Amino acid sequence: MSTTTDSKIRIQLENFSVTDEIEAMKKVSRNIGGITTFLGTGRELSKGQNIAQLNFEHYPKMAEKKLEEIRQQAIKDHGIIDMSIIHRIGPIEIGENIVLIVAVGEHRKETFTACEWAIAELKRVTPIWKRETTTNGEVWVQDTP
Amino acid sequence: MITVKFFASLKAIAEKEEEHIEVQSPISMDQLSDIISKTSPKMGDIIRDNKIMISVNQEMADADTVIHDGDEVAFLPPFSGGS
Repeated sequence: MSTTTDSKIRIQLENFSVTDEIEAMKKVSRNIGGITTFLGTGRELSKGQNIAQLNFEHYPKMAEKKLEEIRQQAIKDHGIIDMSIIHRIGPIEIGENIVLIVAVGEHRKETFTACEWAIAELKRVTPIWKRETTTNGEVWVQDTP
Repeated sequence: MITVKFFASLKAIAEKEEEHIEVQSPISMDQLSDIISKTSPKMGDIIRDNKIMISVNQEMADADTVIHDGDEVAFLPPFSGGS
């Protein structure tokens, strides 16, 4: 498993370490006073159906570009110091990590708002798709709350 | 040559992931959907009904976008990233 934390925007097959990603972001500035993270994980139940496995697909280059735009806008509009966004693709088992957003700032308030905005924006504009495998077969998810 | 990409649920509808189309001059989105309809009528209908998003060279596009030789057009069903 790769634990490379060099890039702040990554789409990868491998799992990631939340601790390693937070530690990497703490090195960005000595002025960080607050860190907010959002970790999305594989959920077993979706719309009343039992999920056996998830599978994520992305549009290479465009998806990374959108995530970088989200990062830049979060820094500009919410006044945070920096943000990292990591999204996994390929097969994901129930309970496994899917997506991690780490927002670091001088104070907690801007990191909370930036993190919440970023995950909503990721779902809205990033060309990533989720396929669920249920007992009834496979289905591409068209909308996620 | 225009490169056309299909993602997620659209791959099964188009029955392919990618298509290459030779053009002599710039074409409209309507013209592109007509060309795609010849091999995949259902995919052509989906494009014309504006049921999906379209990108050209990885920037969001619309029905009025003109497509040039060398462009990469992608048909994108509703996104469902995150968790």
